[in-house]
Amino acid sequence: MPLVSIIDYKVGNIFSMENALKKVGFRVEVNSESDKILQSDAVVLPGVGNFRVASQKLAPLKIVLNDYVHSGRLLLGSCLGMQLLFQNSEEGVGEGLNLIEGCVKKFNSNVKTPHMGWNNIKIENYNELLDGLSENSYFYFVHSYYPLLKNGDDVAASTIYGEKFASIVSKNNIHGCQFHPEKSGKTGLRLLENFARMTRK
Amino acid sequence: MLVKRIIPCLDVKNGRVVKGTHFQQLRDAGNPVELGKKYSEEGADELVFLDITASNEKRKTIVKLVKDVATELDIPFTVGGGINHVEDVREILLNGADKTSLNTAAIKNPELITEISARFGSQCVVIAIDAKRNYSSSKNKKFVQTLEGKCWFEVYIMGGQQPTGIDALSWANKAANLGAGEILLTSIDRDGTKKGFDIELTKAITGAINIPVIASGGAGESEHFLHVFTDAKADAALAASVFHYQNYPIPKIKQYLKEKGVNVRI
Repeated sequence: MPLVSIIDYKVGNIFSMENALKKVGFRVEVNSESDKILQSDAVVLPGVGNFRVASQKLAPLKIVLNDYVHSGRLLLGSCLGMQLLFQNSEEGVGEGLNLIEGCVKKFNSNVKTPHMGWNNIKIENYNELLDGLSENSYFYFVHSYYPLLKNGDDVAASTIYGEKFASIVSKNNIHGCQFHPEKSGKTGLRLLENFARMTRK
Repeated sequence: MLVKRIIPCLDVKNGRVVKGTHFQQLRDAGNPVELGKKYSEEGADELVFLDITASNEKRKTIVKLVKDVATELDIPFTVGGGINHVEDVREILLNGADKTSLNTAAIKNPELITEISARFGSQCVVIAIDAKRNYSSSKNKKFVQTLEGKCWFEVYIMGGQQPTGIDALSWANKAANLGAGEILLTSIDRDGTKKGFDIELTKAITGAINIPVIASGGAGESEHFLHVFTDAKADAALAASVFHYQNYPIPKIKQYLKEKGVNVRI
């Protein structure tokens, strides 16, 4: 069974992410130690929390996460975990991992924030993570900020809320989703199953 | 597009799901873990669990039950009842909840809303408002014209037992400003009656605030859901009796809404 490490920033609920990753066939560990991260077959950066606080907690792990990513193994960020893949965010000062080019913006004020609830996706650039998903696939979102990418090719899927934003991003072995796959019923589990299958390859 | 949400509610007392009418005459409706799993599989968009025993000595039992329900779910999960401190929220979140619902505790200590929202985010704080129509004249209240006459909406606490004299509209506004992420609005007049949601009440609140409103109390058939979404502009609709006793399947309601042009997740 492949080992996945969930990086713990000690703020939000990782119970459901743990539960969902077990369901799709991972051995799950919640880690914030370098050697454990480097031994993992996959790494997940979970959601919930504030960009500034999370980027501080993540700062000591920046080098090891970079080393991990350069080894070619899979990384998946969800919600805030996805936003941390970028360099910075309008939510607060602090540096993200800068693994995908772009920044994180706040929704403009003509829509209710947070964007909370179920919304669908449009596939922009297919990759294996999207296997079995379509425009009828609904996911659960809770966020007030969204990523704005520099390269359109890194946008795997988009969603409309007031404006169109990147809801799934993929660049080689680095992936992120703005929604919570662990809270998105069967469709969310499908995405995590795809992630598990890609890990085993 | 963001869809309208259908949310079953488990009112839990002594480890069992119960449901009454106007918050009284409770009867048994089943096992919370089994019902939660069933609704999640049927396509519920979220699940709400309200502990209506809410006595301190049974806290540990409730937390264990929350965890057992959460393990069976892959949809968002809100837990309420007996939450009085930030630490209670943390405990509930660590056991698998995504949001907490506050009612009496928030009225007694509104600062709690700000504290929880600052620590865990506003998406975590659902303010539950139990409101009842009051037709008697009163100063500084926002009166609304209804078919039954002019009334204002009074907030009740302690499980619908105690009137507060507070106007639900001003409380919803204050809660939103203090950092609430959502309002769970229950009509005591309609609770358990299956006569339909209180459209006037819901409309008054959705028109007054800019955070999502979950309408609750009175759902009995698919048409009621349609009205609360289209006429009252609710973001979500919560129901209990219609799912527990009539075995009214969620897919049937969603299919009806879809045919009527409401965006739902099917």
